Amino acid sequence: MSDQASRRVIPIKVEPASSLSAAQRTAVLDACARLKALPGALLPILHAVQEALRFVPKDAVPLIARELNLSVAEVHGVVSFYHYFLQERPGRHVVHLCRAEACQALGSVALEAHVKATLGVDFHGTTRDGAITLEPVYCLGNCALGPSLMIDEQLHGRITPDRFDALMTQNRERT
Amino acid sequence: MKIYVPRDAAALGVGADQTAQAIVAEAQRRGVAVELIRNGSRGLLWLEPLVEVDVAGTRMAYGPVQSHDVAGLFDAGFTSGKPHALSHGVTEDIPYLKRQERLTFARVGITDPRSLEDYKKHGGYRGLTAALAQAPAQIVASVTESGLRGRGGAAFPAGIKWKTVLGAPGAQKYVVCNADEGDSGTFSDRMLMEGDPFALIEGMTIAGLATGATQGYIYLRWEYPQAKVALEAAIAAARAARYLGPDIQGSGKGFELEVRMGAGAYICGEETSLLDSLEGKRGQVRFKPPLPALQGLWGRPTVINNVITFASVPIILDRGAKFYQHFGMGRSRGTLPMQLAGNIKHGGLVEIAFGMTLRELLYDFGGGSFSGRPIRAVQVGGPLGAYHPESQFDTPLDYEAFAAIKGMLGHGGLVAFDDSVDMAAQARYAMEFCAIESCGKCTPCRIGSTRGVEVIDRLIAGEDAAKQEAILRDLCETLTYGSLCALGGLTPYPVISALNHFPQDFVKPVRASSAAG
Repeated sequence: MSDQASRRVIPIKVEPASSLSAAQRTAVLDACARLKALPGALLPILHAVQEALRFVPKDAVPLIARELNLSVAEVHGVVSFYHYFLQERPGRHVVHLCRAEACQALGSVALEAHVKATLGVDFHGTTRDGAITLEPVYCLGNCALGPSLMIDEQLHGRITPDRFDALMTQNRERT
Repeated sequence: MKIYVPRDAAALGVGADQTAQAIVAEAQRRGVAVELIRNGSRGLLWLEPLVEVDVAGTRMAYGPVQSHDVAGLFDAGFTSGKPHALSHGVTEDIPYLKRQERLTFARVGITDPRSLEDYKKHGGYRGLTAALAQAPAQIVASVTESGLRGRGGAAFPAGIKWKTVLGAPGAQKYVVCNADEGDSGTFSDRMLMEGDPFALIEGMTIAGLATGATQGYIYLRWEYPQAKVALEAAIAAARAARYLGPDIQGSGKGFELEVRMGAGAYICGEETSLLDSLEGKRGQVRFKPPLPALQGLWGRPTVINNVITFASVPIILDRGAKFYQHFGMGRSRGTLPMQLAGNIKHGGLVEIAFGMTLRELLYDFGGGSFSGRPIRAVQVGGPLGAYHPESQFDTPLDYEAFAAIKGMLGHGGLVAFDDSVDMAAQARYAMEFCAIESCGKCTPCRIGSTRGVEVIDRLIAGEDAAKQEAILRDLCETLTYGSLCALGGLTPYPVISALNHFPQDFVKPVRASSAAG
């Protein structure tokens, strides 16, 4: 029998095609290596990737899928389900503006119009200078001191249009 | 001398860190020795940053204290409790606090949330000590007898849930805490986790002992980064002192606990979506049955409760079921931490026994609207709760009383609106929110919410209004009875209540003039 002799090795492309930089790739693989033993590891891994890279690049998805032995569709489905995971690189600061009822009761609808007009972007947009990405959020748990927003991980309450402008000036300087 | 400046996120949002830094700097400049303690919030949120000074064992309150007020406070002698324009006297005597019945929030704002020693000094871990001496069934019986119902919103009796898990066969069981507090107008979970994280840890540990579960998860929303830090610090301290781990206080019984972060999906506050999310999947609602108590996380028997539910357990074990049961009315036993939010003068946390009326909360505690205009509508129970007009303000806080007026207490959030509110816009937002946050599993919620926005737009525009209203009511009925979970099932509450109680808002002046012409 010549089964062994006639068996050809078909090369499998182990590395998904990728536009990730070497540093990004390392960050993704590092997050997977650190966390993949956890039960239900996907969300912790996505959090770690976003923490390291500030977003979850499209080409991180097949890499994570391979590491967790999931399909690309499964990982993409999870990334795109959750509002917090950003699929595009954000500006230097991410502003999460609360749209929920308690803030509405204190004039957040007018504030939202002011924010969009001064930044020149709609939700999910990034200002032309690359400083600010604007995201909506549905409650920051600061409902007695609204309207509220979060800049990166810093919560701010009692926001007026003037206070918003001052915060933006501060953060643009902070880079 | 001890000075307290809260590290609660709401306090940080109005400058508590800057205030704390200014106090330390000013004390140094004046050569005053100060021990700065970063406590949780007392829940008098309109006074944040609320600085307290310990004067011979009595805490004196000053607030709101901004960093630029600090030098003046030192000049006035606030370190010895002297009066100042910002002083409120003895903290405990502030009527807003004095009128409350704080059981679950007994320590919040008082202790240092990072200190296990402080927690124990204030009655912490007495509930667990009692539980360790009891058989699981006895613990469950106490929780059942206390009348504690799930504080997340659904108000299901906690003891019955625990009993189901205790009786379920399985080598591995789980305790899961729903800390995905997504309802607008609510922040009690956040305040508790930031201000007294050990209470939640102790409650979950007791749940583990009561049901035979050895692993716990706290599913926390990403919007609460301060709570994450507080919980992880407390878990590490509890583990180091053997209140967590393989051998709790030498009992031979083990319980482990881990914090997992959500990622901005309102639906993950629904327990089965939360379980799917914990398993690393899209947070989609599961069909019930099977109940999570029988087949929950990874198909194993799982106790899943809200933060406040777990945090209420230690005091029940410590003081006894009768003590807790004594508070409240009807089938609503114990206390409910209410959260006064939105357009309210004195927003904050009010923990009281069930039975107080909405009006008392809004005016006696809340002091009326923030804007000074009349309060026109109050949404109770989060984005899926009904809008209540003034005529319903005398309803007592009681699960059944709110159900009777087609509303719900939910997680105890109360959002006030003044007379500038456009209730048609609020109804439209409710549908829009449902469309944004729908998990997409069932059709009434996924499609119905988008159609709902469209119908409300046509109704407001006055396009054959009577017909649109009929369609909207019919659509809401489909959502109510056809949805898989409470998101689609309860979105009609705010919509229909707005339509029923504020019909004039759905009739625009534009239409009135075109009808006249």
